[in-house]
Order: sequence, then structure tokens, then C-alpha cells
Amino acid sequence: MKIAVLVKEVPDTWGDRRLDPSTKRVDRSSDVVVDEVDEKAVEIALQLQAANAGSTVTVVTMGPKRALDSLRKGLAMGADSAIHLVDDGLAGSDAVQTSAALAAALAPRGFDLVIAGNESTDGRTAAVPAMLAERLGVAQLTALRTLHVSGSTVSGERVTDDGYVDVETSLPAVVSVNEQIAEARYPSFKGIMGAKKKPVEVLGLGDLGLAAGDTGAANSWSVVHDVTARPARTGGTIVTDDGTAATQLADYLAAAKLI
Amino acid sequence: MNSDTGVDLPTEYLQLQAMVRSFAQQVVAPVSAKHDEEHSFPYEVVAQMAEMGLFGIPFPEEYDGMGGDYFAHCLVLEELAKVDQSVAITLEAGVSLGAMPVFHFGSDEQKQQWLPRLARGEALGAFGLTEPGAGSDAGSTRTRARLIADDWVIDGSKQFITNSGTDITELITVTAVTAEIDGRKEITNFLVPRHTDGVTVEKAYNKVGWNASDTHPITFADVHIPEQNMLGERGRGFANFLRILDEGRIAIAALSVGAAQGCVDASVEYSKQRESFGQPISHYQGVSFKIARMEARAHTARLAYYRAAELMLAGRSFKKEAAVAKLVAGEAAMDNARDATQIFGGYGFMNEYVVARHYRDSKILEIGEGTTEVQLMLIARELGL
Ligand SMILES: Cc1cc2nc3c(=O)[nH]c(=O)nc-3n(C[C@H](O)[C@H](O)[C@H](O)COP(=O)(O)OP(=O)(O)OC[C@H]3O[C@@H](n4cnc5c(N)ncnc54)[C@H](O)[C@@H]3O)c2cc1C
Repeated sequence: MKIAVLVKEVPDTWGDRRLDPSTKRVDRSSDVVVDEVDEKAVEIALQLQAANAGSTVTVVTMGPKRALDSLRKGLAMGADSAIHLVDDGLAGSDAVQTSAALAAALAPRGFDLVIAGNESTDGRTAAVPAMLAERLGVAQLTALRTLHVSGSTVSGERVTDDGYVDVETSLPAVVSVNEQIAEARYPSFKGIMGAKKKPVEVLGLGDLGLAAGDTGAANSWSVVHDVTARPARTGGTIVTDDGTAATQLADYLAAAKLI
Repeated sequence: MNSDTGVDLPTEYLQLQAMVRSFAQQVVAPVSAKHDEEHSFPYEVVAQMAEMGLFGIPFPEEYDGMGGDYFAHCLVLEELAKVDQSVAITLEAGVSLGAMPVFHFGSDEQKQQWLPRLARGEALGAFGLTEPGAGSDAGSTRTRARLIADDWVIDGSKQFITNSGTDITELITVTAVTAEIDGRKEITNFLVPRHTDGVTVEKAYNKVGWNASDTHPITFADVHIPEQNMLGERGRGFANFLRILDEGRIAIAALSVGAAQGCVDASVEYSKQRESFGQPISHYQGVSFKIARMEARAHTARLAYYRAAELMLAGRSFKKEAAVAKLVAGEAAMDNARDATQIFGGYGFMNEYVVARHYRDSKILEIGEGTTEVQLMLIARELGL
């Protein structure tokens, strides 16, 4: 089985994250890390690889030069190879364009299973996996909290607002997973050293068969008109126990779909 | 937090550092207070460190090591010690003291027999040098080994031995007197399997700090080991162990720098949040200057251990630099721990706070693997005094 995992570098989720008011895009000048959910996607891919002899895992990212670090992290964890989509003409692409670029890279390489995180912690469109599946013309299972492959069937539990549903389809497919999918392993030092020697394929617009007018901020289909900082946190609701506090709390949690 | 170390390290080292930093914060820190309070050995943490290959970093791949170097090992110790010195010393003693003697002085068979399990972190080795009557003056060993038929027979006792009584301890390397020549002791090293008849690991010490690290006295009564368990040349035991301690000082210095930096990091964070007289306490120079000085101590001590490691890896003489690093780093840890506790006020005196643990844990950094006075002796000697 040929598995591809989409990984993305995002501003460190522990640091201050902000939108740049001048470009109206995510400010990426601070520390960046591999999105945590993507590390978990790599983990589940490696587990599937271990369970299916002869499988390969390729990590794929579209991002600036330094995003190579994110690929190296995946390689250090155990992935076999990497693909890096990097081109000035790709900078500022929206989800529609990103999915086009990724599809252009993945389609000719014939992957059986593409695994992505269901939503990045920066852009949070949660749209790329679905768009990618459309473009590749393969089935999609999104927001999975479990993932199994048996023969040519891929299945899992898809999380919904009220619980989960069992879903399955046949390979090839694109799946997206949430943070419950697995605990990402820590790479070993040998993995880190070995990652330097693993192949990284670098693809620019030309290699992808895309034209300069297809991608990038200038050609984006979506436009951000304005950005506003999140309002400061307001004081919460205080429930005074007049004998109905438990019910009020339960109602509140239910309304927030937490129970 | 700004984690610039003053030296630009190659990417692999930075990645290792980042990985261990996140492991320390996410896996080690949450259970540190519990193990400290219960004086329990963190088996689950050690197992995960083993899986990450942390016990094998400086050993070659043929012995199931990671093919890295001693400096990488030091970087790991620094990151772990920021949050938990007990965990860091467990790794330091396992690698720098437990496995290194086998790696440096073992025969091919001895390395084949012991190193892979030690490097994989499945087994721990302990280093038995100190005795009730031989600490700083480690050459006054009384433990004896006599060759009887094809066995070495060991009698004596060791004290304060780290990692000697865990469920996964399999090896104790010891120094023992094998002869007296012209009133001078001939000292030789031996590999004593932990579960040999006559080896008794006594009750664990009730220590001031390093509560989750495993420390016991050991007695040897008529302990028979095969002749081939002699480690290195006969009569070279003391010199060989001193070589291990020279290296080990760099590792202990790295651990101490971690402790010192952990105190800085905790103090920066806390002083920005804690308010008194209407302002964060970080606004008072009485507090911020203290933290600035703490940072300076950690920074200079780090440069000292980096330099000692660099000399060692280049195959150059590093005795003085290692002693300097151990000296300044141990003092930096203790001084920073005292200052950090002060900055935390009453909370600093509560055991569950990391600075309180550093306060109790750091004192040993001025004592173990050569006291501060012993480092001064070594430096003075290198100066020809
Ligand atoms: C938690 C812990 C873990 C340890 N782990 C190990 C281990 O794994 N393996 C091992 O072999 N040992 C271990 N040790 C032992 C440690 O290395 C010794 O305690 C240390 O070397 C000091 O020896 P001592 O305790 O006998 O002190 P002493 O040598 O009795 O020293 C007492 C004091 O006198 C000073 N002093 C001694 N001689 C001189 C001198 N000539 N000039 C000036 N001052 C001097 C010392 O600096 C010290 O302040 C451990 C100790 C502890 C507490």
C-alpha cells in the first residue's frame, strides 16, 4: 500500500497566534511547528505500514523552504520519503488552490491512501482533504477518530456532533483524521540522523504542470476583507445554587454539545 | 521562550533538543511531583526514554546504540533536568557511569554481552566506586577481589550507588583491590551481575532530593564471578574509573545547567504573573536582576560544558575544562535554585513546585561525581599547583 500523509507547518500552538492586519493572512513570523494533528496522521500511517507488509509512507507538504523541517520530522518518525511543494507562486494560495497543487503532485504518483489532519490549527478551513479527494476523483472519509485498512477496504469511526458513525469505502481514498486517532511517537535520535539521508522530492509550479496564474495570493478565489482580534474574554455565567444548579449546569453543557 | 544557547548547533542536535524538550514537558513533568513525593522510580518514563533510544545515544549501532556522540547525550540530560533531575540522573548514571565502562574498557565479548541491553535501555548498569571509607579519596577502596581457581571472589561494600536496586538493574561495575604492591593498592574493575549470590542491595537511602532516583548501599559477601568478568587490564581499575568520571563531569555539568535553566524559565514565567503592590513582581529590579543573574550563570555554565565536550570529542585534553564545567554548573544550579525559590515566595517552599524540587535536588550537584572541593583540587593540579 502506498500511503501519503499531508503535513503542514503552523505557528506554534503554545505561542501567540495572530493574523497580520496588513496581509490579512496568518502571521507566520513566529516559531512554527508541525501541526499536532498531522503528527498523529503520520503516526497512524506508520502503524498501518507496520501492519501491511510492503507499504510505504510519504510525507507531503506545501510550504516555504523552511517547511522542510516539518518533512524531516515526519521522516525522523519513520516515513520513507517526502515531497515538498515549494514555489513563490504558491505562497498565499487558498484551500481551492492548495488542493489543486496537492492533487497535481499526488495524482501521477498513484497513492492508495492519502491521510490528512481534518483541520489545521491555523487556517481551520477543514476543506483541503475533501477538495483533494474531489480533484483526485477518489472516495473520502473525513473526521475519523479510528482508521483501519483491510484488503482494499478502508474504514473508521467518523465523529459527528452527536457521536460517531461507522464509515467505509474502498481504496484508493483520501481520509482525514482528528486528534483522537493516535498518540504520535517521539522520533529516536537514529531516526533524526537517518532522516537526513531519506529522499525529498522538491516540486515547483513547472513540475506540477501549473501555470503562474493558477495559484498564489493574487489568483485566490477567496478574499479576506477584514480581520478583527478576538474580543477579550468576558466574565462567565455564574450559577448560584437555588436547588436547580445541577440542572442548569447540565443544560448549559448540553447546549454547548459537551454532554 | 528564547532558548538561544549562544552556540549554533547542527540541525540534528536542535531536533533532538526540541524532541526531548517536548517529551520532558508533556510526559515527564506531569508525573514528577508524584514520583518525588512517593519516592518511586519512574519506570514508565524510563521505558519511554528507552524506546526513544535515549540510553543508546553515544554508542555505535552495532551495539544497538544510536550512533550519536557524548555531546548529544549531554543535550538530552540538560533538557530532562530542566523539569526533573531524578529522571536526568537516572539516564546519566545509566549511560555515563553504567554503560560507558563496558564500552571503553570491555572486551568484544563483554561488549556483546552487556552493551545492547544497556543501550536499548532494557537493563541498567550501576557504577560502584564510592565506599563508606572512600569517597573523594576513592583510591582508598577496601573492597577486595581474590582469584580463587577460575573465579574472582569479591568481598566488601559500596555506598550511595545510583540505579543499583531497580527492577531492571542487571549490572554493577566495581573497583576492588586485587593486590598490595609495596604498600600501594592495585585496583581492578569487575563486572558483577546484579543477581549473583552474595550481592545484597540494601534498603534505599532516604535522601534530601533526587527522590525518584534509585540509590542504595551494596554489600558483597563471598561473591563469585567468572575470571573473564574482569573489566579492562588488571591494575588499571582506578585510572579507568577516573577517565569515566572525567567524562561524567561533563554530563553532570549538562544536567546542572538544565537545573539552572529550569529555575530561570520557571522564574521568568512566575514573576510576570505574580502581582504584589499592584504590579507583576518582574517589574521590581530586586526580582528581575536576580533572574538576570540566574540567566548569566546558566549561560556561562552551558558554554563551559559545551567547550569541555568539544575538546573531549576532538580527542584533546579536557580534564581541566570538565572540572571547571562541573564546578560552575553545580554552583549555578544551587544558586539558581535558591534564588528561584525566593522568587516563588511561599509557593517555592511547596514540594509540588518544580523550583522547590530543584532546591532540594541541586545540593547534590555540588557533591556527587566529585565535590566542589575535588573540582578545585583538579583545576589547581592542572595549573601545576
Ligand atoms: C545521591 C547520590 C548518588 C551517588 N551515586 C554514586 C554512584 O552511582 N556511584 C558512586 O561510586 N558514587 C556515588 N555517589 C557518591 C559520591 O560520588 C560521593 O558522595 C562524593 O564523591 C563525596 O564522597 P564522600 O561522600 O565520601 O565525601 P568525603 O570524601 O568524605 O568528603 C567530605 C567533605 O570533605 C571534603 N574533602 C575531602 N577531601 C578533601 C580535600 N583533600 N581537600 C578539601 N576538601 C576535601 C569534600 O569536598 C566534602 O566536602 C553518590 C552520592 C549521592 C549522595
